Amino acid sequence: MCLAIPGKITALYEEGGLKMCKVNISGVTQSACVETVPDVQIGDYIIVHAGFALNKLSTEDAQETLELFRQLAEFDAQIRAEQESTE
Amino acid sequence: MELLKEFRNPIHARTLLDELHRITTRPWVIMEICGGQTHAIMQSGIDQLLPPQIELVHGPGCPVCVTPLELIDKALAIASMPDVIFTSFGDMLRVPGSHGDLFSIRAAGGDVRTVYTPLDAVKIARDNPDKEVVFFAIGFETTAPVNLMSLKQAINLGLTNYSLLVSQSLVPPAMHAILSSPQNRVQAFLSAGHVNTIMGMWEYPPIAQQYHIPIVVTGFEPVDLLNGILQTVRQLEAGRYAVENAYSRVVTLEGNQPAQRMIEEMYEVHDRQWRGIGMIPQSGWRLRPAYAQYDAEKRFSLSHIVTQESDICIAGQILQGLKKPHQCPAFGKECTPRNPLGATMVSSEGACAAYYNFARIREGQ
Repeated sequence: MCLAIPGKITALYEEGGLKMCKVNISGVTQSACVETVPDVQIGDYIIVHAGFALNKLSTEDAQETLELFRQLAEFDAQIRAEQESTE
Repeated sequence: MELLKEFRNPIHARTLLDELHRITTRPWVIMEICGGQTHAIMQSGIDQLLPPQIELVHGPGCPVCVTPLELIDKALAIASMPDVIFTSFGDMLRVPGSHGDLFSIRAAGGDVRTVYTPLDAVKIARDNPDKEVVFFAIGFETTAPVNLMSLKQAINLGLTNYSLLVSQSLVPPAMHAILSSPQNRVQAFLSAGHVNTIMGMWEYPPIAQQYHIPIVVTGFEPVDLLNGILQTVRQLEAGRYAVENAYSRVVTLEGNQPAQRMIEEMYEVHDRQWRGIGMIPQSGWRLRPAYAQYDAEKRFSLSHIVTQESDICIAGQILQGLKKPHQCPAFGKECTPRNPLGATMVSSEGACAAYYNFARIREGQ
């Protein structure tokens, strides 16, 4: 139920009084309502639940998170090397 | 999108798992609230890769599972009426009521239709002006905006034949109920990232402070889940209890404020029954009196509903994290996804269905 999937906006339009978009989700184009995410533009990423955009997705934040994982991997490798050298 | 595939990258998963194994020194019980996360954990096998001291218990965040039996019975009664088109998310159709389910109503000639979004139910209402179209508006905070948006659209289009059968549950009151239970074992929560996408994080610090419980907002990809678990265990090991965000690409502190304003305008908080658990104070939303004519419970005459729950099913204890599905004597025997005794065996978010589909049949598997 609370599953929501990221996709990229390819078109914006209006239907039945609602702000809508076409969104490419893993190669499949679907419609989604963007009424409560008003400042979206074509090319933005959104997270879609039951045909409704919950929010925008920040690619900068995604990149920052991945960078933390890379730093953690380096840190772990360092610790392991230190442990091995003291053993 | 290549960037987002990184959140399924086994290299990152390995890094996070190694770190978890390095820092975990004591047993910890962590509850993932959302049933979607339960399924993702089982599917990716995360539960089997964690340090043995970490136990994940599965929370009540399955809207299909907690929709009260009385409301299922009301849905069956409405769907049986002539001149009604009853619309619903697909998961609800096999949820057992006291006598039968929505599939059995459809088999008996009722017009029951599944929709991908309630906005499609509005289209059905527009195309069928001589029918009453009802949408079964179940869900947690995540689904509230789209449920309400459908009603808003119907009103804007001047439709008078559209109504909602509302079963909206709220996560923070359920967290209070779990933590204040004398049987509680939960020491930390993975908070359901998509609930927080709508509601933000501002409701959670008082809960963390009151119960000294870490709460980490967590996403749904395997690497997101491991990252949420790692942030949680770091707090537990350090004796901290803060609200943290391990899903920052989607969740902000304030959440989706236009959606929150719409919810505030159209819904009011009330005491709600949770199937298998009982009444949790102030744990649901219902339509405000100004929208009474669009409230299917008021619109249709629904007397003589007498509920009867399965006397074998232990879904309530499973939803509170007190028991695991394989501890139920009916699991995989009398109760299977094809023939469910309880809603937890039906839903793609139910813990019993997850255990059944991903073969966690016995203790330790």
